[in-house]
Amino acid sequence: MEYFNIFVKGIFVENMIFAYFLGMCSYLAVSKTVKTANGLGLAVIFVLGITVPINYLLENYVLKEGALTWLDPTFATVDLSFLSFIMFIAVIASMVQLVEMIVEKFAPALYGALGIFLPLIAVNCSILGGALFMQERQYPSIGEATTFGLGSGVGWWLAIVAIAAIREKIRYSNVPAPLQGLGITYIITGLMGIAFMSFMGIEI
Amino acid sequence: MGTENKTITPKRESLFSKKNRKLLKDPLGDSNPITIQVLGICSALAITVQLQQAVIMSLSVLFVMIGGNVIVSLLRNLIPDRIRIIVQLVIIASLVIIVDEVLKAYQPDISEKLSVFVGLIITNCIIMGRLEAFALANKPGPSVFDAIGNGMGYAWVLLVVSIVREIFGSGAISLPGMGQVKFLPQDWFISSGGFYENNNLMILPPMALVVVGIIIWIQRSRNEALIED
Repeated sequence: MEYFNIFVKGIFVENMIFAYFLGMCSYLAVSKTVKTANGLGLAVIFVLGITVPINYLLENYVLKEGALTWLDPTFATVDLSFLSFIMFIAVIASMVQLVEMIVEKFAPALYGALGIFLPLIAVNCSILGGALFMQERQYPSIGEATTFGLGSGVGWWLAIVAIAAIREKIRYSNVPAPLQGLGITYIITGLMGIAFMSFMGIEI
Repeated sequence: MGTENKTITPKRESLFSKKNRKLLKDPLGDSNPITIQVLGICSALAITVQLQQAVIMSLSVLFVMIGGNVIVSLLRNLIPDRIRIIVQLVIIASLVIIVDEVLKAYQPDISEKLSVFVGLIITNCIIMGRLEAFALANKPGPSVFDAIGNGMGYAWVLLVVSIVREIFGSGAISLPGMGQVKFLPQDWFISSGGFYENNNLMILPPMALVVVGIIIWIQRSRNEALIED
């Protein structure tokens, strides 16, 4: 039940886009059509589902204060957490590269769908944001951290597909010229954010 | 990312030559990173509830941008093309670690409020975008101007959004070192028999997007050339 709660919370209550604005750059740039938005969204789910558990292991067995005791009991006071930014981003960048190569080799069809989006994702704020929230919230086990990663990924996918669908339709509306494109997308995202706030406080 | 690649080769020119002034001025208006280039929005919106957070955030981004632009521009002939992204990330991440440690030491409560968003300066597309588009192709001098210009362009949007949100949301202005200054008299508020009430909607995250949307609206109606079709 705890897992389900974290998952639903990641999608609706603590949505990466609507509650924290993470990954807004690619969200605005790649949301012109539903098809590409869907591809990028799936790639984000994929990468978040992989990097959050890896960073969880890194955090709990290398970086946290006293995390190195499995190596030697005298390391109990070593605190490497100031290195976490650089370690997380290195893990993310190399994982994205690795995932891209593996997918290209073993799943060419998937690569055709996700391929061009994978390199973009290394600098998507939602991936690093996922790792940093995982660090801040101190999930008790790797299962919960993975669920959180997947849940936030699905939330991000939902947000970008929804805005892409709206943008496809809004082309036929009579939006004031200075608001067209970027401006109206911001305002619609704001309104969607207000709608998503109705999920606040949901506990399952 | 809508960045244009400017190649400027200054010979011996004065500090405030036309080119340098252009580098400083353009990002403030017609190529503003947030409203026109659509870079660096992630962290811009989440921390604009209060002015003091926005000030600290802008200064941090400015520092990381200047540092990153200068270092990358100095190393631009040494960085192999294929691994440049990871080199840039490492440089930015090291600068952000410095910022984070300084904030934790001197502004612990603001550092607490900014939580993960200091770390997210690393993936702030503004910084990567300017490194890619400018510092990799230009000398350190112009790169500094480019960094200052874009940092200030980022900063003013942040400051305007946070001032609007704080005035309407909490009826106050806060500056680092001064705390929150409430300038509306207490007996104006409904809770003490007055007529005024804070608009709590402004404190909620979605309103940041709407305020930026309105800034874009105003900016584009003043300059028709920026309108998208």
